[in-house]
Amino acid sequence: MSAMDLFKIFISAALVDNIILARYIGLCPYIGMSSNVANSLGMGMAVTFVMVLASIATWALWNFIFVPLGLEYLQIMVFILVIAVLVQLLEAILKKTVPNLYQAMGIYLPLITTNCAILAVTFFGVDYNYNLLQVVVYSIGVALGFTIALLLLAGIREKLRFSKVPQFYQGYPIVFISTCLLAIAFMGFKGLVK
Amino acid sequence: MKEFWDCFKNGIVGENPVLRLMIGLCSVLAVSVRLENCLFMGAAVIFVLTGSNLVISAIRNFVPNEVRIPIFIVVISTFTTIVDLVMKAYLPALSEALGVFIPLIVVNCIIMARAEAFASRKPVILTIADSLGMGVGYTLVIAAIGVVRELFGYGQFFYHQVFPSSYQGMMIMILPPGAFLLIGIYIALLNHFHRRDNL
Repeated sequence: MSAMDLFKIFISAALVDNIILARYIGLCPYIGMSSNVANSLGMGMAVTFVMVLASIATWALWNFIFVPLGLEYLQIMVFILVIAVLVQLLEAILKKTVPNLYQAMGIYLPLITTNCAILAVTFFGVDYNYNLLQVVVYSIGVALGFTIALLLLAGIREKLRFSKVPQFYQGYPIVFISTCLLAIAFMGFKGLVK
Repeated sequence: MKEFWDCFKNGIVGENPVLRLMIGLCSVLAVSVRLENCLFMGAAVIFVLTGSNLVISAIRNFVPNEVRIPIFIVVISTFTTIVDLVMKAYLPALSEALGVFIPLIVVNCIIMARAEAFASRKPVILTIADSLGMGVGYTLVIAAIGVVRELFGYGQFFYHQVFPSSYQGMMIMILPPGAFLLIGIYIALLNHFHRRDNL
């Protein structure tokens, strides 16, 4: 396995299979947190942090405990609990040790427990039979793709405030139409990685 | 009885989870390429929503307030695991088509939101009405999107050819952008009717 393979995993996770615009996962925070650029950056940071830690933790649990013991049927329940516990721990640790970082992304952390993107990435990491290094690269890629999509939409929404939107399309409808156009643009990445 | 009916209707019209509250969007957009997938997804969500909220409502007086969220998560994930394993065993093709979105029901915001806002406060009977209403409201929206996407994307209805076989199919309806476009148009339509009724 070479560095090229890792790079391919990274690019396809971030751009080709963008978790929001190509796989429709994690839409609730995408719509909810994209009203301005500062918020979406905080959310992106928090998601990146938790996503990487959660996929390492679940990967280790899965390969060292669940598969040897034949407990695969408990996957859903254990993974969601691991994520919930991890988020609580992170919140407590950050509050004590790095108050600045906690200020920046503290309010987003509780929301992340029910973020489907995190849970989906832990499932995919196990499904694809990745090794530890690949899981880390993959989850960083997905988180970067999530942040890019969130930032792009936040930028568009900030500009939309100054444009004349038809009456019934104000609010959420125009956000979805913008997302549609973004998704079309991201389809241009198809075929980038063979 | 009147109260039961009102709670049921609230989920379909007043507070439709998808079009009004903007929650539970992921699976709505992801599996709505085929109408059949939509109906099974709707059934799975109704089962998990009703089952878990029924349990949560029944135990609401014994659950300490501080640990309620982890307990809700355990209950919901139990029901999701049941659906996942049953589908894998009896409907393997469908389980393949719906993919990761069946396990992801556990983090579907509709269920958590209803557990928190309704089931943990109200008696069991009303909770059943509310869960069924929310579930049916979800299924109606996902089916409404699925009909249009299958019809224009493949020219078919429940796998039966409707348009002449020379119909090429609109690629965009099968791909992600079509789903985003359609839901945007649906919400705009709902806004239109809502505002007209209020005038």
